[in-house]
Amino acid sequence: MAMLTVEVDGKSVQVPNGATVMEAANKLGVFVPHFCYHKKLSIAANCRMCLVQVEKAPKPMPACATPVTDGMKVWTHSEAAKKAQNGVMEFLLINHPLDCPICDQGGECQLQDLAVGYGGSASRYAEPKRVVFHKNMGPLISAEEMSRCIHCTRCVRFGQEVAGVMELGMVGRGEHSEIVSFVGKSVDSELSGNMIDICPVGALTSKPFRYSARTWELSRRKSVSPHDSLGANLIVQVKQNKVMRVVPRENEEVNECWISDRDRFAYEGLNSEDRLTRPMLKDGGEWHEVGWEVALEHVASRLGAVRNAQGGEAIGALVSPNATLEEMYLTQKLLRGIGSDNVDFRLRQTDFAADGRRKGAPWLGMPVAELGSLDRVLVVGSFLRKDHPLLAARLRMAAKRALQLNVLHSSDDDLLMNVANKAIVAPQLLPEMLGQVVKALAEAKGTAAPAAVAGLQVADEARRIAASLASGKAVGVFLGNLAEQHPRAAELQVLVQMLAELSGGRFGFLGQAGNSVGGYIAGCLPQGKGLNAADMLRAPRKAYVLVGVEPELDCNDPVQTLSALRSAEFVVALSSYRGQLAEHVDVMLPLAPFTETSGTFINCEGRSQSFNGVVRPLGDTRPGWKVLRVLGNLLGVEGFEYDQSEAVRDAACGTASVASKLGNGIEGVSVGLKPVADSGLQRLADVPVYFSDPVVRRAESLQQSRDAKVPAARLSPVLAQRLGVAAGDRVKVRQGGEAVLEVMLEAGLPDGVVRIAAGHPATAGLGAMSGTISVEKA
Amino acid sequence: MLNADSLKKIDREIAKYPADQKQSAVMAALVIAQDEKGWLAPETMDFVASYLGMPPVAVYEVATFYNMYNMQPTGQFKLTICTCLPCGLQGSLEAADHLKSRLGIDFNETTADGRFTLKEGECMGACAMAPVVLVNNKRMCDQMSADKLDALVEELRKSPSGKA
Repeated sequence: MAMLTVEVDGKSVQVPNGATVMEAANKLGVFVPHFCYHKKLSIAANCRMCLVQVEKAPKPMPACATPVTDGMKVWTHSEAAKKAQNGVMEFLLINHPLDCPICDQGGECQLQDLAVGYGGSASRYAEPKRVVFHKNMGPLISAEEMSRCIHCTRCVRFGQEVAGVMELGMVGRGEHSEIVSFVGKSVDSELSGNMIDICPVGALTSKPFRYSARTWELSRRKSVSPHDSLGANLIVQVKQNKVMRVVPRENEEVNECWISDRDRFAYEGLNSEDRLTRPMLKDGGEWHEVGWEVALEHVASRLGAVRNAQGGEAIGALVSPNATLEEMYLTQKLLRGIGSDNVDFRLRQTDFAADGRRKGAPWLGMPVAELGSLDRVLVVGSFLRKDHPLLAARLRMAAKRALQLNVLHSSDDDLLMNVANKAIVAPQLLPEMLGQVVKALAEAKGTAAPAAVAGLQVADEARRIAASLASGKAVGVFLGNLAEQHPRAAELQVLVQMLAELSGGRFGFLGQAGNSVGGYIAGCLPQGKGLNAADMLRAPRKAYVLVGVEPELDCNDPVQTLSALRSAEFVVALSSYRGQLAEHVDVMLPLAPFTETSGTFINCEGRSQSFNGVVRPLGDTRPGWKVLRVLGNLLGVEGFEYDQSEAVRDAACGTASVASKLGNGIEGVSVGLKPVADSGLQRLADVPVYFSDPVVRRAESLQQSRDAKVPAARLSPVLAQRLGVAAGDRVKVRQGGEAVLEVMLEAGLPDGVVRIAAGHPATAGLGAMSGTISVEKA
Repeated sequence: MLNADSLKKIDREIAKYPADQKQSAVMAALVIAQDEKGWLAPETMDFVASYLGMPPVAVYEVATFYNMYNMQPTGQFKLTICTCLPCGLQGSLEAADHLKSRLGIDFNETTADGRFTLKEGECMGACAMAPVVLVNNKRMCDQMSADKLDALVEELRKSPSGKA
């Protein structure tokens, strides 16, 4: 590409054709004051703060919107430039209230900062300032002082361009302009919190954080989000040993400069009343707080007793997929040390046919940053926006350029981006539909279709998706959470592998949780004859170890899980919260959440991200790796002499790199595609974004948002009519157990599918996340 | 939401732009909707938004930007008088005062009988013929002396059909 030479403040720099003066200045490290310019958003040039002097230009030019020309000379701090910038600042301050002392943005406000350099010490403006009414934008964003707004429209552009939904707009004109949501609606995007960060003044501030601390009182500590498979980089801000708020830490390769609302506001759950702060022991039906020594010795002796009486395989361990690598590694080491191979973190998975046939740990199949350069993508079985808000944002940006996004799923959720082709079928039909895509792609490529799919009739949707994939140069096929949790997950993986081979592309897993890859790396799954998560609940064990698990919410089949726990002689739970544990377990050990322990998460691209605790553990809470280490010692297991979490991590990762252990290929899984007999209504279960893990479930503000509504029984209007129910009716749903839910109509659902979310107490009475279900009027 | 006639007119406007840029017709669509409804209620804008496949708030932005769109119900006749500088120099402020006392209302108010709404307008590009008054966005009356204003008001009062 042709490079242009431009001189900024006397220093020469080379920039590509089409670059702006702002970019040239940034490349030189020259700061040009600005408000509306943001490197990730389109250019608006409406704040005028970045005016600079350009040679031969008769008037000052906005640096953000002026393309450089070869040989251009720019002065950003000359007399003329300064005069223009000072003038703009004076205008901006005319209507800006002088309420910095009570403004939450005070101390981290771009307007305040720049006013120091470019503003006058007193105002010449003596007339009344304009007043803009406050707005209610929902539980997360506070818009109580909209008079502070300087109309940069960063929030509006963020909504349009990154979040994909224009929830805010600027109405009126001139002096009457103001930012509104359409007639008082709340802002519901799963990325909305980023508007708080990009607001250069105190107009949009964080509602949960409001008036609770000043920015200069907070210490900033690095951390990593455990809530989804991306592992967004965080800065956790702490005051007096309490997490006060969470903001993004920029990492272009992972989360860019954004985080999802779940990453941002989940911290409220860390300070929840429900935190377990002392070890507790059930004795004769009564719960007692006890010291760690008593609790751990009790646990060791009870587990030891079970092992001695019934053998190690009578013990099983279920580990949260959001647990740290260290916790996962030590749990499996402990279990293996006492003679059990029954350990698993894949709590929502139902099909384990691929176990022992994988070439490595399933992962995204490519670096996250490369998602943006794909030109054809097929996403199979994913509640993409809610399960992976930032991966969805990357695909959304790509879809604006060359990417054709194809979707194969069981509900027609609005992804807020251009979808080229989609096939929406009932969950039990996903493998067949995927098989049709494979066959159509083979035909399009002029190769013989794999035997497994050769007999299928190809539907038009499948053919269109295949045509899209066939025309791509950089193809990616991804399996979402629904596909991973599908009863025929292994077949789906084989079919996706075929698609990748046929199209010369790559395939991978979006990843179910913060440490789903880490679980494989830590070996936290059965490796010999041990039982996987589903089997050890189907064939109940005598004793269970739960690490960070809320059994009735985190497992695929809550009914089966609870019945297995009830029948066990002894259950010990390491948990940050009490929840309903008291009903199901015998000992509760307070486990430090990610902010109170050091640890490591390995994200979907195989990036190992270690972090330190940012606050001291609450009460008697202890980091999981320390608890497990002592348990190992008490049970006499060898190799539990770790005195640092780093040593545990190094042991977990071994000498080979993480990258060398990744691999999506599977061999020896047969695909048997045949028409599925009509087996009645089928359940489709998502895990709503704000019920995905124990911390999020206790984040109060998130729980007030629209995405946290009590799950309903969602059906297509056609099905509702057939069942004789209407929106708002109460229905009794039976599947394993039963639940009474409200009916909600969702036009995008295939006929015969009832969508009922998992991970919520209202639906914990139901069985597995998939399968036949019955619905009748309550 | 809008009647078939209006929808036909909107479709005609949409046809002027590429199929994937229906939102280009938003201003025309709002004019047509306002002609039918008299003003742009939030529901009307919502409808236009969904008809053009736009976010509702984007329609709201357009509707509030231009002051010929009525964001509130108006009387039968909306009189908009320009108070910008050239008109002001030619006596539009006096003309406005005359209208106010004649109708017994201030700017942005409607007469008790629902006939007249008085609005303050921005430059209408007819400075040479100042002061100017716009009736219901469609009919421009120029060089509005007190006499001509009185005649206009009388004429509109008598108009049975409500047509300007």
